[in-house]
Amino acid sequence: MTKTNTEDYLRMYTQMVRIRTFEDNANQLYLSAKMPGLTHMYSGEEAVAVGICEALTDDDRITSTHRGHGHCVAKGAEFKEMFCELLGKAEGYCRGKGGSMHIADQSHGNLGANAIVGGSMGIATGSALRAKLQGSDDVTVCFFGDGATAQGLMYEVMNMAALWRLPVIYACENNGYSEYTKTEEIAAGSITARAEAFGIESHQVDGQDVLAVNELTQKLVERARKGEGPFFLELMTYRYHGHHVGDINREYYRSKDEEKDWKENRDPIIRFRAWLVEQGIATEDEIEAINAAIEKDATEAVAYAEAAPYPDVSEVDMHVFAA
Amino acid sequence: MREITLSQAVNEAIAEEMRRDPTVFLMGEDVAEAGTPFKVLSGLVEEFGTERVLDTPISEPGFVGMAVGAAMTGARPIVDLMFGDFIYLVMDQLCNQAAKQHYMSGGKLTVPMVLRTNMGATRRSAAQHSQSLQAIVAHIPGLKVAMPSSAYEAKGLMKTAIRDNNPVVIFEDKLMYQDKAPVPEEEYLIPFGEAHVKREGSDITLIGTSSMVQVAEKAAEMLAAEGISAEVIDPRTIVPLDEATLLASVKKTSRAIVIDEGHQSYGATAEIASRLNEKAFYHLDAPVLRMGAMDVPVPFSPALEDITVPTAEQVVENARKLCAGEMIHAA
Ligand SMILES: Cc1ncc(C[n+]2csc(CCOP(=O)(O)OP(=O)(O)O)c2C)c(N)n1
Ligand SMILES: [Mg+2]
Repeated sequence: MTKTNTEDYLRMYTQMVRIRTFEDNANQLYLSAKMPGLTHMYSGEEAVAVGICEALTDDDRITSTHRGHGHCVAKGAEFKEMFCELLGKAEGYCRGKGGSMHIADQSHGNLGANAIVGGSMGIATGSALRAKLQGSDDVTVCFFGDGATAQGLMYEVMNMAALWRLPVIYACENNGYSEYTKTEEIAAGSITARAEAFGIESHQVDGQDVLAVNELTQKLVERARKGEGPFFLELMTYRYHGHHVGDINREYYRSKDEEKDWKENRDPIIRFRAWLVEQGIATEDEIEAINAAIEKDATEAVAYAEAAPYPDVSEVDMHVFAA
Repeated sequence: MREITLSQAVNEAIAEEMRRDPTVFLMGEDVAEAGTPFKVLSGLVEEFGTERVLDTPISEPGFVGMAVGAAMTGARPIVDLMFGDFIYLVMDQLCNQAAKQHYMSGGKLTVPMVLRTNMGATRRSAAQHSQSLQAIVAHIPGLKVAMPSSAYEAKGLMKTAIRDNNPVVIFEDKLMYQDKAPVPEEEYLIPFGEAHVKREGSDITLIGTSSMVQVAEKAAEMLAAEGISAEVIDPRTIVPLDEATLLASVKKTSRAIVIDEGHQSYGATAEIASRLNEKAFYHLDAPVLRMGAMDVPVPFSPALEDITVPTAEQVVENARKLCAGEMIHAA
């Protein structure tokens, strides 16, 4: 491996740590009862969002899920506006109207998280249809979980995407669970085989290996731009927290040993950090400096969001209809 | 003025807008060569090609969802939903996705799409091809709902819908596709939220939607012969609703009947009637009456189906009673 991509590698590392740090702070906000509602942590799955989004430009679109902070950060969002949104503040990405499960940041091509499991598959495929009809070369990535593969919508839109060769990449984040149920209990057969049945080229990839995810995605994005799409990815990954921040006692559905194994032996950040050092791309000190800067950034953003004003009540019936 | 059918009016509106704006495209089942089972879209694929007139598989949630995504990213899709009854299949995409994107994003995302579909019973199509489901979508904040009552309205409202930056659902009465009306050759648009006073009167206001405007007009004609002067108003869009015009009329006549082909219970008639009650109560000489379709699934047998929808004769009978100060125990 050469050092010519040093900047890219460091950015990937930075983005993964930013996601982990964001989530740690969000979890803290929940635990200290400062955050309204619940939220779903992306921790453990960072290499998926970062590996994919680092292969995209701002013109490329993504659709995200209820577990969407990682996609949002990876696509270029800022901490301040994100924390403001989580706390329902006026300066949030959606002026506090969407919250954690609906963050959208269209300035970076994030068409939004979605609180309906599988609900954004039509939106992503429609975005790709628009690209094709208008002759644009942007690509849309549709993120969804293993649980969402049980939704009929997925098969309707994959069929159309394949018929019309749309520039869309379906990215299935298989973290082994949908809520409190193991994937093998809800998914018959193979997930990639389902996409292959439509003639869609499919790949299963180690979702804890940011380089593997990124290299594959780069190739597929280039091909999708040339009209060779759609593609399907099954990214094998794991969520470290419960289904949501309130899901604390979870031994009835998964063991502590299993969690420990993923965290200690397959963590995407630890793995990539070791690789960066080993390759001489960064020293331990440089990496610690990156981590510290992100920590500081997050602490400041949280403080900012906590002090930021709520939207004026006059905004409640604003934005029901567009002008 | 030339007369064209409602079907031709819709076709013209879409063709004109597709010529004007290259981001407008059509998708749905059998919309291209077949021009839909009702032949409303015939000829469009010949002019605009299969790129802009897309035949889809029979995947209503799929293609409605795709229209939402296309609309959010810079296109203006018109989706054809073959029968209004199929709205139940697309509820998530329409009500959770399309309707809420603008609000949930704090005004950043917009969904400029049109869902054109139909309504109306008495076509002997039974319970799953005859419903009038406008109230169900009108209930959802973020969706606009247009209900053309003639070819003239169908064209003007369709053009406005295509240019609107919100999801708009248009319900065309499938029994009116061949009905002709005068439609100018020159371009015109009908703004949303502007009711049309079709006939002036002083004793009672008949508010009708879609084909019920014809029913109201016929009733007004019959009432005139009895010396009762009925005003007929077509709201044209039920979301937004032109309350001002309706209220002004009711304050003048002091009586009103609201007629719509959706089921009467929890329906469009109930919403309009209660707004009149709330805002014109002290001007009323009689309770505002609702006349909707019977609260039964639409039956197949003509002997049964015909009695489920309001008729001009029933409107006349009710109007007569209201004007005479008799109580009516409806439904
Ligand atoms: C249509 C729908 N059904 C159920 C839910 C409740 N729900 C929220 S997340 C979730 C599990 C989703 O699992 P998966 O797609 O694997 O995503 P993950 O949470 O593992 O990231 C469920 C059932 C929902 N939000 N939407
Ligand atoms: Mg899952």
